[in-house]
Amino acid sequence: MGLDNYARMLTDDPHFVNAVRVTLIYVVFSVPLSGAFALLVAVLLNRPMRGTGVYRAAYYLPSLLGGSVAVAILWRQIFGADGLINDGLRHFGIVGPSWISTPQYAIYTLIVLHVWQFGSPMLIFLAGLKQIPAELYDAAAVDGAGRVRAFFRVTLPMLSPIIFFNLVLQTVNAFKAFTPAFIISGGTGGPADSTLFYTLFIYQEGFGNFRMGYASALAWVLLLVTAAFTGLAFRSARYWVHYAD
Amino acid sequence: MPTSRRWAVHLLVVVGALVMLYPLFWLISASFKPNDEIFADPGLVPETVVADNYATGWTALGVPFSGFFANSFLIAGAAVIGNVMSCSMAAYAFARLSFRFRKLWFAIMMMSIMLPIHVLIVPQYTLFKYLGWIDTFLPLIVPKFLAVDGFFIFLMVQFIRSLPRELDDAARIDGCGPILVYWQIILPLSRPALITTAIFTFIWTWDDFFSQLVYLSDVSTYTVPLALRAFLDSSGGSSWGPMLAMAVLSLVPILGFFLIFQRRITEGISTTGLKG
Repeated sequence: MGLDNYARMLTDDPHFVNAVRVTLIYVVFSVPLSGAFALLVAVLLNRPMRGTGVYRAAYYLPSLLGGSVAVAILWRQIFGADGLINDGLRHFGIVGPSWISTPQYAIYTLIVLHVWQFGSPMLIFLAGLKQIPAELYDAAAVDGAGRVRAFFRVTLPMLSPIIFFNLVLQTVNAFKAFTPAFIISGGTGGPADSTLFYTLFIYQEGFGNFRMGYASALAWVLLLVTAAFTGLAFRSARYWVHYAD
Repeated sequence: MPTSRRWAVHLLVVVGALVMLYPLFWLISASFKPNDEIFADPGLVPETVVADNYATGWTALGVPFSGFFANSFLIAGAAVIGNVMSCSMAAYAFARLSFRFRKLWFAIMMMSIMLPIHVLIVPQYTLFKYLGWIDTFLPLIVPKFLAVDGFFIFLMVQFIRSLPRELDDAARIDGCGPILVYWQIILPLSRPALITTAIFTFIWTWDDFFSQLVYLSDVSTYTVPLALRAFLDSSGGSSWGPMLAMAVLSLVPILGFFLIFQRRITEGISTTGLKG
């Protein structure tokens, strides 16, 4: 045996390559998108407005429910051939494909599901925004900075530790996603491996094919990649994360 | 800001919130629609309201859903008790007691938060199989009594550190040992952190699918998520109405928790980690 499992992974397993590719696409799209939505909505909700509490709860609710099997089933219906999306499109005379069973679209339905859950990073941003002292904005206004400039020169730098925190948290979460891909593809990671998340691949090898050794090797690679990413994020932090004190 | 712009922003926020919630509203509405209408009508108001979906879905797997709910509640309830007890003890030790290699253990505990369960599952499964625990709830419950959820330990360490040490000292002068200090002083004062731990443990255990999928394969041990998945497989997606009805029911406990503890949940999310 020895390093056979690792050699096989790297040279002789197209599923491994697909799983890595699918997972990277998922992480690269869903993390920045959900982060951007979270920040945008947090900024909008941070100004004085009637009923902020209700809106905050409304935007947060999908995060609370989104990881469940129930919502994954709902997603399967929404993006199915006769699902909600295509029902809506039909009113405009467009016949949509079955989004979940077309290889080039299936992964994006999962990305949409992830982005839909931007509520919990949004709450973290909101807490961060409340910590920024109002004097900084007053000073910026005195210096003649408009709202946009104040956002880039005050809000973003002051928020950078929280942006960093959310980035790490969201990325680790994205690497861990399993349930939606499993339910939407019926456990196969299909069509054509297009939703084969790395976690799903580990599950298939370990508990579908009972290749425990190979699954362990795959798990080690996931651990190393996650650790490497986290280490990289922390190293990069000194160049762009600004700590006030 | 001019009033017109303020209204525009407000409108944007409202429309955005409605778009976000539309799938959930639609899910509830669809669970009351006959099967053919689910696929023909993207609207929220059913033309004919039927409750059949709930009755059909409840018994669709041969075994009624009540058993699956009981299993889910049992596992989630036990996990709550386990986490509240064990994580608070571990947190007390990290925050207040001095012992060898405390910093090192703490660092290892923090790293375990980042560790995906999928990395651990193969050796864990092998171990539990050796113990004969497959197809029982034990692999899902026993670890919770051994303080394996580093996230909650960290949360409580942060909380306990914020409690004044003078209270411990006063208790110690009155003759309390470390265990009594934990029981009489720390535990009662940590109530907010304990409640946050209990809420999130319940929600995350209820929603957990991966480890239940690995450890439970007998229908009598199925939890609600596993039952939903079996429903999806067996019907091949043909009886959407009953399935969506059961999906709605599976979300009810979490929605209930959210309505009762909304403030604590949103505050829990926005403060955890930020202090660290």
